[in-house]
Amino acid sequence: MAAETGWIETTERAAEVVVSAAGAWDVTSVGALDARLKAIKPVRGKAIALDLAQLADLDTTGAWLLYRTGRDLKAAGYAVEVRHARADHQLLIDEVAANDKPCEIEPPPRNSLIEVARHVGAATVDIAEETIELVAFFGRIISGIGAVIVKPTRLRLTSLVYHMEEVGLNAVPIVALISFLIGVVLAYQGATQLRQFGAEVFVVDLIAISVLREIGILLTAIIVAGRSGSAFTAQIGSMKLHEEVDAMRTLGLDPTEVLVLPRLLALVIMLPLLTFVADLMGLLGGALMAWLELNISPAVFIARLNQAVSIWSFMVGMIKAPVFAFVIAMIGCFEGLKVEGSAESVGQRTTRSVVEGIFLVIVVDAVFSIFFAYVGV
Amino acid sequence: MAAATDLVIRVRGLRNQFGRQVIHDGLDLDVRRGEILGVVGGSGTGKSVLLRTIVGLNRPAAGSIEVLGQDVLAASEEGRRRLEQRWGVLFQDGALFSSLTVAQNIEVPLKEHTDMAPDFMNEIAAYKVSMVGLPPEAGAKYPSELSGGMRKRAGLARSLALDPEILFLDEPTAGLDPIGAAAFDQLVRRLQRALGLTVFMVTHDLDSLHAICDRIAVLADKKVLLVGSMREMLACEHAWVRNYFHGPRARAAGIA
Repeated sequence: MAAETGWIETTERAAEVVVSAAGAWDVTSVGALDARLKAIKPVRGKAIALDLAQLADLDTTGAWLLYRTGRDLKAAGYAVEVRHARADHQLLIDEVAANDKPCEIEPPPRNSLIEVARHVGAATVDIAEETIELVAFFGRIISGIGAVIVKPTRLRLTSLVYHMEEVGLNAVPIVALISFLIGVVLAYQGATQLRQFGAEVFVVDLIAISVLREIGILLTAIIVAGRSGSAFTAQIGSMKLHEEVDAMRTLGLDPTEVLVLPRLLALVIMLPLLTFVADLMGLLGGALMAWLELNISPAVFIARLNQAVSIWSFMVGMIKAPVFAFVIAMIGCFEGLKVEGSAESVGQRTTRSVVEGIFLVIVVDAVFSIFFAYVGV
Repeated sequence: MAAATDLVIRVRGLRNQFGRQVIHDGLDLDVRRGEILGVVGGSGTGKSVLLRTIVGLNRPAAGSIEVLGQDVLAASEEGRRRLEQRWGVLFQDGALFSSLTVAQNIEVPLKEHTDMAPDFMNEIAAYKVSMVGLPPEAGAKYPSELSGGMRKRAGLARSLALDPEILFLDEPTAGLDPIGAAAFDQLVRRLQRALGLTVFMVTHDLDSLHAICDRIAVLADKKVLLVGSMREMLACEHAWVRNYFHGPRARAAGIA
């Protein structure tokens, strides 16, 4: 049944051309027949007969092919007659004939130049709107924090502690490992350069200042943006999709208070602690490498460290931590609440959350650098 | 009794379990050629699991499943692929590919399994769109631009793309308004007659059961409790079946 394929035979008689369809005309076999039927060359002045007597199997695809052949030949001005069709085959042919309504497969392509202009315009409006919304969201957060300060019982303590564990404690291994390795890399690269001047001991200054002021905090913030900022967006986003956020509103719960504040405060508390871990591990990695590569003993390293850095080098890094945490958590939660429609939106918003989070962290870091240079620390 | 050759689906001794929770135990079910079988059952009785098991999305713990005379569980990769072309599945919300238009969705199985010319495929997609009662302009639309009822029709068109012999429907009228649901029922009935389909339909809709199902199978106590016509359902004394077919909703539907 399925093995038998369909075929056609054309015989020319005195007054007509007989096209006999035979075998199984189904979806698997008619692909090849399509071209052959289109190529039928009718003879001028002779009628065409489609003889279906030998047709074994027919499905709608085959029926469509028969119908279309007849339709096109009729349109070309030939008399077409369908002969010996079985009742069930005729039913199928009538079914597809009734549904001969061509449709577009794709939306029509737009003018690409207009499309580019439209894209730029839409993106500009989008950025402007999002900026305004972000400022409004910032305001809601601040008023939420104000409400918590006035009435501390409004803070969701369980949620806060849970998120502190999630974003802080659970991030310690990866933050520690990465900063340790960066410390090792800095010491090694610094040593090869400084050795040319016989100034190996300054590798301690290099490590201490770069790790404490910039690398410790920046690296931690980037890891946390990728790890927790994205998680905030995905969590809140999927809650938004399941209408949990709407349900909260109808129950008189404020999503900012319930969802945003615990995450934001958890990150503001934990990022400085993570930065401290990163600072320690970065120095440890540097010290280890300095010892192995340059024979700077830990005692010498610590003595040099004391001369190289003041408490302010350390403080410069630490002051930035809560601000970065605020930025990352705010963007993460904001993008989460902007999710709407489909699961695809969660993915898009999560990507944006990470990219915008890291971008803003670096912008704020630049602003801090200018500020610290101005005040002279 | 129908002859064995007229059985399109034959399930014997099916056992499904997730962890320690047993869903089906010793389940037997026959589906005859050319009928519309409605499968009903309370929540959690595994109606959708049964459908998924028959089409091979879920591997049972024990039992045998024959579809169109072939053992589904023992079939080779190639045999399964051929078998899959002979059935179509409509998932609850259509399960259309969101990055493709309706017409492109219908062409997906055609591109994969046949050697048709692109123009011919477009023609087929067009009459399928019309056959399931969608307007021609729906062909170029993306699933997100369609209403729930239209998405189901588009999903139906895709499941019919390869002209299958069996059609599996998972709660086809769920989420449709009564008018849309009745229209969908009639569409299934009309296509089933015109194309000679066998339909396996999981449903909760008493109106659908009443209007278009030839036979009804009741899932309860981990097996098929009862198979028969609506009249046999109404005569059954089993507590759940009585509640289901004699409840206030059944009365409202004019059944009991």
